Amino acid sequence: MDVQYETVVGLEVHAELKTASKIFCGCSTAFGAEPNTQVCPVCAGFPGMLPVLNEKVVELAIRTGLALNAEIAEHCKFDRKNYFYPDLPKAYQISQFDAPICKKGYLDIEIDGEKKRIGITRAHMEEDAGKLIHQGDITTTPFSLVDLNRSGVPLLEIVSEPDMRSGAEARAYMEKLRAILLFAGVSDCKMQEGSLRCDANVSVRPIGQKELGVRTEIKNLNSFRALERAVDYEAKRQIEALEDGEEIIQETMTWDEESGVTRSMRSKEEADDYRYFPDPDLPPLFISQEWIDRIRASMPELPDQAQQRLMDEYGLPEYDASIITLSPDTLAFFDECLQVYPDAKTLSNWMMGEMARLLNQNNIEIQEVRVRPEGLVSMLKMIDEGKISGKIAKKVFEEMFMTGKDPEQIVEEKGLIQISDPEVLQAMIAEIIASNPKVVDDYRSGKDKAFGFFVGQVMKKTRGKANPAIVNQLLKEHLDREG
Amino acid sequence: MELYELTVHELQKLLARKESSAQEITRSIFSRIHATDEKIASFVTLTEEKAYEKASQIDKMGNYQNLAGIPYALKDLFCTRDIRTTCCSRMLEDFVPPYDSYAGRRLEEAGGILVGKLNMDEFAMGSSTEHSAFFTTRNPWDLQRVPGGSSGGSAAAVAAEQVPFSLGTDTGGSIRQPAAFCGVVGLKPTYGRVSRWGVVSYSSSLDQVGTLTRDVMDAAIILNHISGYDPMDSTSVNTAVPDYTQFLDGEVRGMKIAFPREYFQAGVDEDVRAAVKNALQLYESLGAELEEVSLPCSEYALPTYYLIAPAEASANLARFDGVRYGLRDMEAENVVEMFSQSRARGFGDEVKRRLLLGTYALSSGYYEEYYLKALKVRQLIKQDFERIFADYDLIICPTTTRTAFKIDEEIDDPLTLYMNDILTVPVNMAGLPGMSIPCGFADGLPIGMQIIGRAFDEASMLKAAFAFEQQTEFHRAKPHLEVK
Repeated sequence: MDVQYETVVGLEVHAELKTASKIFCGCSTAFGAEPNTQVCPVCAGFPGMLPVLNEKVVELAIRTGLALNAEIAEHCKFDRKNYFYPDLPKAYQISQFDAPICKKGYLDIEIDGEKKRIGITRAHMEEDAGKLIHQGDITTTPFSLVDLNRSGVPLLEIVSEPDMRSGAEARAYMEKLRAILLFAGVSDCKMQEGSLRCDANVSVRPIGQKELGVRTEIKNLNSFRALERAVDYEAKRQIEALEDGEEIIQETMTWDEESGVTRSMRSKEEADDYRYFPDPDLPPLFISQEWIDRIRASMPELPDQAQQRLMDEYGLPEYDASIITLSPDTLAFFDECLQVYPDAKTLSNWMMGEMARLLNQNNIEIQEVRVRPEGLVSMLKMIDEGKISGKIAKKVFEEMFMTGKDPEQIVEEKGLIQISDPEVLQAMIAEIIASNPKVVDDYRSGKDKAFGFFVGQVMKKTRGKANPAIVNQLLKEHLDREG
Repeated sequence: MELYELTVHELQKLLARKESSAQEITRSIFSRIHATDEKIASFVTLTEEKAYEKASQIDKMGNYQNLAGIPYALKDLFCTRDIRTTCCSRMLEDFVPPYDSYAGRRLEEAGGILVGKLNMDEFAMGSSTEHSAFFTTRNPWDLQRVPGGSSGGSAAAVAAEQVPFSLGTDTGGSIRQPAAFCGVVGLKPTYGRVSRWGVVSYSSSLDQVGTLTRDVMDAAIILNHISGYDPMDSTSVNTAVPDYTQFLDGEVRGMKIAFPREYFQAGVDEDVRAAVKNALQLYESLGAELEEVSLPCSEYALPTYYLIAPAEASANLARFDGVRYGLRDMEAENVVEMFSQSRARGFGDEVKRRLLLGTYALSSGYYEEYYLKALKVRQLIKQDFERIFADYDLIICPTTTRTAFKIDEEIDDPLTLYMNDILTVPVNMAGLPGMSIPCGFADGLPIGMQIIGRAFDEASMLKAAFAFEQQTEFHRAKPHLEVK
């Protein structure tokens, strides 16, 4: 009687909306300023101060809703969510409770080559809280400092349906959501700076059971990897607990990246009561169809559309197209290359291979790299023209990546130009064959390895610059001729 | 005649003719305040130095337009830049805002001279100033009695001729009730007419800034100066502001006035009822058409108010947590204790009572039954008024059920105290303009008549009030203060 369990995941994502000023006052939203330099009496919750809604926030929320195939509410309102915390200056957060701006959307993910639709329950506008800086550990700190720069930064909370069934699906959803938000131009989505945050609700249930199991909420998963690992760990933990006859308690968890485990923060047995009520300082918000239409007409290309375009127009395989369209900057780079170098597959190999490897290794984004599309294209052309080998090209590319230099310049400075002159190579080959009679014998007795040895020797002598096609051809001629 | 006895429009004439100066008027005002405030206790803060400075600037410029050279005072919940703003609470005893309220700024820009900040019930919760954390203001007509509240200091200061006018706020009657008790003119405009920016919120959907003056003309003048759209207050309404003084012609002929029977019934003292009925007869004799009507939902206004106002207050006052400003308990062992101890020490009993009430009304499981239901009843009250105003220009009734009560008479019984607002609260529920003007005396204590208008039709209200004032002397009566 082995019970098989399935994992059920729903995500709550907070995306900072990309506005110049905060949601209810004129303070800057720029990241990384000195503490408490982007604060005014409104976002510091001073007495008598009143919120004034930033129209740009609503525009970006509508834009997001459209990008997520959601319904945009004609009427919505703001509510006060009441709780005491030192980083919450008014002791209530202005949010949207039962009348959010967006409802009933979805996005499609691809998992093991299969398309899967993930429902989006709602998306609502709210203000961010400030930040606490503790002296050491939160439980022992003698005092904490409050930085209110973030207080009042506009957020869109996007809540998914519990439609995901694994850490991998959760990750795919999150990656796709990020791509959509980036393409729609509504958020910077920098997870490490906190402009995209994710909480995961995880439960398990015996396969076939309809009701959801008791869920736990894992807070502040600040990378895709953390999300995937945390979900899988938590599901495994719950299954093991159930198998041991334990009950799952509804609680809030935190993810310990280093030890790779979830830990309980607080029990949710006593449900939080936020005493939501409509904010009397803000009249209900009416959104005209005309406004929605205007925003719809100005919507940029979204990931799914871009992916289809790359497949239809350039014959790119679906997997490649889905990777290239994970970020608008990657796609822009790719599109720029395509203008002058239409071999999309070669391009995507380089983008997904060397480019991705170096970006990852150096922990930077594509818009920050020094190598430009024209550089990559020049280099690819040099390969095509036989000026450099594919192997050398990797070295050249790394140099381009680090220094931003032209490939031609690098090749010239380092003397990496490919040796394709048969006369030069012939002399070299003759010498190598002469000094390795034993290997020649091996070759002739049918050992394929021996041929590789000779290629290796030529490459060694030329420091990898020999044109491999010509070397192969010449070697064959020599060895076969003397036989 | 002393300068401090003059109204705003009288002072304006004097200044325009250069027969006096801002400094002279300011001196007269401060000497009056110093002579009387020991008894009346209207002021929690005096801004003497700044006031003389401004007066001297105005005299130097010699341009006496608008309110240039006219002294005034503010209820101590109007934030004043660099001047402490306490809300008469221990919580904000040392709070100095870095900004001015919108209404206060408009008065400053018009040349008004702020002379001080006025006593009130803590955070505007109360009807007597007895809930001020500092002291109780005395009614100038009888020092053993309360001036009303919460804008008690604002009404008493005008009645005692300490200032020609003041600003207050009215959430459930907090301007009209003290105006009635002190025998002055108190005007609460339509919700949205005057910006709430910089006014410490009690109940955001009900609070409205208004005036306390010695006559109707002054109310119109000051309303001209503080009204208008303010983009910084999202509940401020963008409609044209007429010159209210142009409606003051003494005419009420053809005006349709309704008097709701529920507002004259049980609980209203005979003296009060008689005085308002007399006033109605006077209107009739002036050519107004009068008719008795019914506002059946008004009886639910008080319980509705005591759900909505405390609920909003529970959120509005939650920011007083000791973290950024205001009183902080320094002995607390941890942050939760700091929150609760700061609030336990910073708030008085009445504030705590209402915050608990409001927190309860919003709690999960009670929200639908209390808060949501209250919002629905509020709509019914509003519709009641709308129905009447489809046929009538004004509603007239008593402002209060009785004249000013004795200090300590009601403070121990919150429910009786809450009854003080029974005739004024419905007007806030409906967001309508209302005012109280003196219409008689009972045992030497003033009686107030309440005039209620259509939304954004302060003009008709002022017009009728002025016509009554032209025919009567009640507003000219003065309390007899023995001064040193």
